Amino acid sequence: MYAQMVDTGLRKVQDAADMTPEERDFQAGIDADYKVEPKDWMPEAYRRTLIRQIQQHAHSEIVGMLPEGNWIGRAPTLKRKAILMAKVQDEGGHGLYLYAAAETLGVTRDQLIADLHAGKVKYSSIFNYPTLTWADIGAIGWLVDGAAIMNQIPLCRCSYGPYARAMIRICKEESFHQRQGFDLLMTLCNGTAEQKAMAQDALDRWWWPSLMMFGPPDAESVHSAQSSRWKIKLLSNDELRQRFVDQTVPQADFLGLKVPDPDLRWNEASGHYDFGAIDWAEFHAVLKGNGPCNKERMRTRVDAWENGRWVREAAVAHARKRAARTARQAA
Amino acid sequence: MDALLFDYVLRLGDTDLVLAQRLGEWVGKGPVLEEDIALTNVGLDLLGQARLWLGYAGEVEARFAGTGRSEDELAYLRDGGAYRNVLLAEQPNGDYAATTARQFYFDQAHALLLRELARSRDERVAAIAAKAQKEVAYHVDRSADWVVRLGDGTEESHARMQRALDDLWTYTGELFAGDAVDAKLAEAGIAPDPSTLRDEWRANVGAVIAEATLTFPTAEWMQGGRGRGGKQGVHTEHLGHLLAEMQFLQRGYPGAQW
Amino acid sequence: MSPALDDEWPLWEIFIRSQHGLAHKHVGSLHAADAAMAIQNARDVYTRRNEGVSIWAVRSADVHASAPGDREPLFEPANDKVYRHPTFFPMPDDVKHI
Repeated sequence: MYAQMVDTGLRKVQDAADMTPEERDFQAGIDADYKVEPKDWMPEAYRRTLIRQIQQHAHSEIVGMLPEGNWIGRAPTLKRKAILMAKVQDEGGHGLYLYAAAETLGVTRDQLIADLHAGKVKYSSIFNYPTLTWADIGAIGWLVDGAAIMNQIPLCRCSYGPYARAMIRICKEESFHQRQGFDLLMTLCNGTAEQKAMAQDALDRWWWPSLMMFGPPDAESVHSAQSSRWKIKLLSNDELRQRFVDQTVPQADFLGLKVPDPDLRWNEASGHYDFGAIDWAEFHAVLKGNGPCNKERMRTRVDAWENGRWVREAAVAHARKRAARTARQAA
Repeated sequence: MDALLFDYVLRLGDTDLVLAQRLGEWVGKGPVLEEDIALTNVGLDLLGQARLWLGYAGEVEARFAGTGRSEDELAYLRDGGAYRNVLLAEQPNGDYAATTARQFYFDQAHALLLRELARSRDERVAAIAAKAQKEVAYHVDRSADWVVRLGDGTEESHARMQRALDDLWTYTGELFAGDAVDAKLAEAGIAPDPSTLRDEWRANVGAVIAEATLTFPTAEWMQGGRGRGGKQGVHTEHLGHLLAEMQFLQRGYPGAQW
Repeated sequence: MSPALDDEWPLWEIFIRSQHGLAHKHVGSLHAADAAMAIQNARDVYTRRNEGVSIWAVRSADVHASAPGDREPLFEPANDKVYRHPTFFPMPDDVKHI
């Protein structure tokens, strides 16, 4: 998901015997669906895990503006250009809401950005892939936003109030994102042979990375159990991944596109699709920084931030000058 | 008259479109997240206005040419010589000061122009202009505020802002240079003679520049004059690259639907 | 690693009264260098520039909160979101989950 493999800092799931009285009270509140708010007492591990998770999510939104922004200039109609600009702008807004939620936990946005630029925190693996054709923009809306929605809806019920509320706002804006991607692909699939081939090629390249978005298999997810206990992760990686496949394959069928998985087949007995093995080596390589676009994405973000430093400084300097003038006039 | 009106409306639509295209290049690369979002909003506004103008242009074209092109045909299938945007719009983004200066000069002129166009005898021109006015009033405030922040900020921002104002000054003359098309439309009460707006613009721009502790540019020579400006289809080298990128898919896959 | 403070913009809390509401509601926060910017950016981020909306911006540092025990909600979800480009695509009936 946008926040993958979030480290809780704990070696094992805490049970009652491990907890202090405050932690037990805290856990009882979580179990009773109490919403934790910024000034409540919370275990330090809970706070740090949330900061990591929300931050990864926020960074993902911001970095995610780049692969899609790559096609704003080349959008093939004015309407599509406007839609794409609005979508990418929404993503910027989502990043902003999430940074704001993280800031309620005692960090500043600038600190989080510094951590990202120093390589200390991650963003979703999916945004390290290139957008090579216009069809990729459709694939991102359909698959990547589709996967994001699947994760975000349950997060609207997570235990931390500001995060849950940010997710509610985000979910309201998200439905148009997935639909615009699917609509884009429908147009291509109903178009010329070249356009249809473009759509198939995009699916071929984005399918497996989209499945990887949900993170490693549950058996290998050491931190998921504790996050689930704290209700900041509400569904398991495998569960979400399976739902995504079940939901998306019929959509691919509708488009007349073939999912690039020779092992994909409907399992009548289980009522789900069986699908092939994911190349986890690729996933880990991308997370380590060796994906097709990692270096470029980070370079772009670091440059934007560094090149914009004089602008931010100017605004601060100006605000101080005005405040000083106002103070002098009042005196 | 329709042929002239068509040309005039293209000037409005093309200018908005080219500027929107430029602003789109900032997405994900702004100095701070809030600015990214705000600048994209300005771009979206201008793109929306461009679509209204180009849509109307196509209708006007049908009246005298028998058939009129769609907004996309106009945007994607005309070469640079047929584009009628002002030279200022196609200048590259540069740094944030350059983008701000371009926007500042344009917004101030745009607001005055729309004020006049909102009184046009052509109902559609008046309607589109009235709708655009609200958005552009906001653009004017935004860009003026940023000129002041950067001009009266740090030494570095002051220097960059001054240079940007000086560099782009030579493209502002075209905004107020009237030609035969303007004269005919002014006569018909459809559009103003742009030279009538110059003094007011200079006064407004001058006030902001002064508040920003910057110096009013003094260079005299204006590009795009004597009938050889962007409005007449004579552009700078920048437009060709901008259009090549913008139009690639439609040109590369002729006749396809997107 | 802490960034140079001279380029860090303070955090502001944003309160909005929509056209139909009577009281300002807290919608979230954003960074701005000064009050005018905070309000302008609030319009862009939290209202997509709906006319007639009233916006309050308050520096977060100036917001005083009660003790956790008798807390009032500081953050509330925005009830409506104005879409600049309402691009609701009619999806074919045959397509589920979208």
